[in-house]
Amino acid sequence: MSEMNDFPSRIKDPASRRLGTFSYLPGFTEEEIRKQIKYVIDQGWDCAIEHTEPEFARLHYWYMWKLPMFGETDVDVIMQEIEACRKANPGHHIRLIGYNKYRQTQGLSLVVHRGDIPQESTTETWMHLKTKAPDWVLR
Amino acid sequence: MGTQKFQAGVKEYRERYWDPNYTPKDSDILACFKVVPQPGVPREEAAAAVCAESSTATWTTVWTDLLTDLDYYQGRAYAIEDVPGDDEAFYAFIAYPMGLFEEGSVVNVFTSLVGNVFGFKAVRSLRLEDVRFPLWFVTTCDGPPHGIDVERDKLDKYGRPLLGCTIKPKLGLSAKNYGRAIYECLRGGLDFTKDDENVNSQPFMRWRDRFLFAMEAITKAEAETGERKGHYLNVTAPNVEEMYKRAEFAKEIGAPIIMSDYLTLGWAAHSSLSRWCRDNGMLLHVHRAMHAVIDRNPKHGINFRVLAKLLRLLGGDHLHSGTVVGKLEGDREATLGWISLMRERYIKEDRSRGIFFDQDWGHTPGVFPVASGGIHVWHMPALVDIFGDDAVLQFGGGTIGHPWGNAAGATANRVALEACVKARNEGRDIIKEGKEILTEAAKSCPELKMAMETWKEIKFEFETVDKLDVAHR
Repeated sequence: MSEMNDFPSRIKDPASRRLGTFSYLPGFTEEEIRKQIKYVIDQGWDCAIEHTEPEFARLHYWYMWKLPMFGETDVDVIMQEIEACRKANPGHHIRLIGYNKYRQTQGLSLVVHRGDIPQESTTETWMHLKTKAPDWVLR
Repeated sequence: MGTQKFQAGVKEYRERYWDPNYTPKDSDILACFKVVPQPGVPREEAAAAVCAESSTATWTTVWTDLLTDLDYYQGRAYAIEDVPGDDEAFYAFIAYPMGLFEEGSVVNVFTSLVGNVFGFKAVRSLRLEDVRFPLWFVTTCDGPPHGIDVERDKLDKYGRPLLGCTIKPKLGLSAKNYGRAIYECLRGGLDFTKDDENVNSQPFMRWRDRFLFAMEAITKAEAETGERKGHYLNVTAPNVEEMYKRAEFAKEIGAPIIMSDYLTLGWAAHSSLSRWCRDNGMLLHVHRAMHAVIDRNPKHGINFRVLAKLLRLLGGDHLHSGTVVGKLEGDREATLGWISLMRERYIKEDRSRGIFFDQDWGHTPGVFPVASGGIHVWHMPALVDIFGDDAVLQFGGGTIGHPWGNAAGATANRVALEACVKARNEGRDIIKEGKEILTEAAKSCPELKMAMETWKEIKFEFETVDKLDVAHR
């Protein structure tokens, strides 16, 4: 039996914030991102790109980068758009979405670029705690 | 009509209720029963008897039969088939006209179909294998309060199965210690934790205390991870007033999901709760305690595929479906069959999966199947392969049993899950390469490595009792 590890996650540590599917794996290489884009295209889904300031990542609505790329099946084109979005929005999280129009939902959503989460955003996290927790918790 | 004379006495059922030339109508409710008749009772007579007793007849003719249009209201046994590999049982197919049933009432349909007839002397045993609900009936039922797609949107979780954990030990923890176990699971990366089915409001942990501590655990884990979390607060209660009181309180403190045991709570109460959930934006997790009493005996009772279909009609966003792998009973093909019946819009008859009828659900939302019971990280490739994305995978012992605790166990499961989904999306064969995929993922995740070392050898390899009917080899 090896030694017992402590679990490192902390409210004060922005690195503890997760960002949905695949965010528990090490960051993807360009090749790995390409394979996921190809999967989305192969399912017949439409790719879209969204981005946000890291402190507002919890909200459902991020900013849309242009419009979803309906009918686009070229992985290179989608990779170029991700890069264009990243250049135009330094420091933002960027996610790739696969829209499944038949189910009217998203078949896949993964963060392809993680911005730095500012330390001050832990204040926002604390506010979230205070507004959401039952009154008696934090008094 | 109008010329018929009343003749008292006992008639053979098949004179009226056996009709092999009948073509079922789209509006009929169809049922397939597995019948073992008493010795000496011919198949047609037994089938007709089941049909008669589950529709219009009683044991003798009555004069009041002549005051109604019995030719319309009677059920019709329209086909008989051998049961593969079974010499004493046969399948009886019965059609019931729509006018026999109250719209939107699952309770009414089953009070007929599995009512007195199951104690009927002319049959030795009887099992309801499948029911075809016509579209008119489906659309008069509420259905799931939200369904798979809306739940994903609310939780912002896409492209992978959801992960849960039932808090253990089942009974005996104080509310505060219980909340601790929830918090540790959620901060480690699970989406949900769950009350065990028999956690209601016992002296060791009253419901209100549990709800509040659970909510604090959810809130802190959400702040820490930035992801949406939930704990299935069990509102199963001794009476509906109490059930609603608990549900209202869950809403008041901002809980996203509650749960019920639909069989022990009762179908009418459950249906009301489901309607309340839709009205109040509350997700509804459904446990199936007591199902094996009803569905495990291959010759008597109700097949689980029927219980799954009726839950989709009554309403629920999650339903326990069996795991195929793990500690609990579940034939693979049969399980795949009722998973389809829970999730898809139109399911074709497919005897290889135990599905006897085409079933059209119209636009009724799908229900998340929940795989729970004796599963751990080594099962992950098989679970992702069997269930695909639209399922909740629940690891109880497989989370809390981790040598470093719940948070580490949760991370191990989340990493294993994401590694399998990633590999599947990349086109890899996750069953063949399962070990490789997990081993690779464990390189950057000591929690997963530890889990893989802990559970490597655990297997559950008993024969399934309720198997699909197949010919002897």
